Amino acid sequence: MDYSLNCKVIVGGRAKGRILSTKQPINFLSSVDHLTGLITDKNHELCGEFLKDNLLIFPYAVGSSVGAYSIFALKCNGVSPSGIICTLKTDITTASGCAIANIPLLELSKDQEIPEIENFSEGTVDGISGILQIKKV
Amino acid sequence: MFVHLTREEEDALDEKQGTAISTAYKILLAIGKATNAEKLIPVEWVHLSGVNYNTIGDAGVNFLTEYSQEARFLVPTTINPMGYDSHKQNNLSSNFKKQQGQITNAYEKMGSVPSFSCIPYELFQLPDRGHNVSFAESNAAVMANSIFGLHTNKESSLSALASAITGKAPYSDLRINSIRDPKIKIKIEKELKTELDYGILGYFSGNSVKESCVSFGHQISSIDMYKTKALAAALGTSGACGMFSSKEVYDESISYGKEEEKSIVNELNTTDSGDVIALGSPQLGMYELELVSNMIGGNKFSKKCMIFCPRPIYEKSCKSGIAQRLENAGASIICDACTCLSPLLSREEYDSVITNSVKAAHYLNKSNGVSVCLTDIKSIIRNYTK
Repeated sequence: MDYSLNCKVIVGGRAKGRILSTKQPINFLSSVDHLTGLITDKNHELCGEFLKDNLLIFPYAVGSSVGAYSIFALKCNGVSPSGIICTLKTDITTASGCAIANIPLLELSKDQEIPEIENFSEGTVDGISGILQIKKV
Repeated sequence: MFVHLTREEEDALDEKQGTAISTAYKILLAIGKATNAEKLIPVEWVHLSGVNYNTIGDAGVNFLTEYSQEARFLVPTTINPMGYDSHKQNNLSSNFKKQQGQITNAYEKMGSVPSFSCIPYELFQLPDRGHNVSFAESNAAVMANSIFGLHTNKESSLSALASAITGKAPYSDLRINSIRDPKIKIKIEKELKTELDYGILGYFSGNSVKESCVSFGHQISSIDMYKTKALAAALGTSGACGMFSSKEVYDESISYGKEEEKSIVNELNTTDSGDVIALGSPQLGMYELELVSNMIGGNKFSKKCMIFCPRPIYEKSCKSGIAQRLENAGASIICDACTCLSPLLSREEYDSVITNSVKAAHYLNKSNGVSVCLTDIKSIIRNYTK
């Protein structure tokens, strides 16, 4: 089933990509290789996945304040997610990093039933109207 | 909810005061939306992270070099450690030094105080309790909120940079009194003795709590500075939480016992011994240098030992003779840098590091790719001095 979810727009813009979804928070400084976009933290369930051109759906960022520069570096190195969706709360690190890197950033609205989001489906983000669309492949 | 901007702030966002200020407002607006701020409020002091070339890389260097052409700090702004101690010899590449120099020049040009410290709260006079500051560097933000009664969110390098340029921050989250009241408690069900015990508790709590403020109950109301710093740094490393409190919470609690402790130790303690001892993440203050020096007595380190502290603390410890006592014991005291993400502790130089810092253990394992022997300071002195 395809579905669309309402979101709050933090950083506007449109993006599409393969869904990379996790319920675990991410420390962008220590868990991601900034040159390749590879998630390297062995304790993270997305370890071994690349962020590049994907729609990253995760609860919020944790840890180092420098994580904002890490998001910017991913973009400069051409390996950033095409869009980011925070499911629990949008933290300051992710918001400021996406603002500088011009990565569309949305936060899932709480007033709706949110289905289990599966990895590897295709998604589009409309950072104007605040809609996340997910298509099962 | 919309962030209400004044006419002047709207104009600044629209580039009427130049692109650097507009960029800063763009960042503040995104954070304001994210954290449901209704307005921006003034901050008195900014502490920036994002100074070490090892952490921000070439993308950061290029951004800061360009940004500093125009941008100037409006409020007093101190900065985090950089990669190394420029007064001491090292084997770092000329490229590292060149890029690190670009970063420090950019911050200096914008008007920062060259503090190179992650413990600004031990170096500078603090504003009165209840005043707003903007601290990136997670341990400093947690300490400011929890111990010194200052109000700051757990800022990012870029949100704090935007606050330094504008003198403002979104009025949200831990800047609002009701959010500073903890709604969740970590119920401590084991005895806590060493600074490492507190660090592990902090790391567990950051992992477990999604709220901005957590209570540990009365058990942590009278612990000393060394243990408090270990707790704050670890909490800031693993989580999104920016404050702890001893205020009781009766609704929701999470248990912390031997099993929970064990799972954290299993994750971070990755070897039994190490090539080098590293102390100071966060950097050590005067009290801690004295503590370590007293523990060593007249003994000497049997392994190489690096102690990281701010330069003003080092200079003070030279006057009191504590620095000489540590150096006579074989320790090398390094200023302007920190164990955490220093290129001085690279995989090329060392396979494994002995430390009592949970924060250092996280980054050494995950970023530097170096194994860590995580053990408390008393055991380090007992096992590696004679």
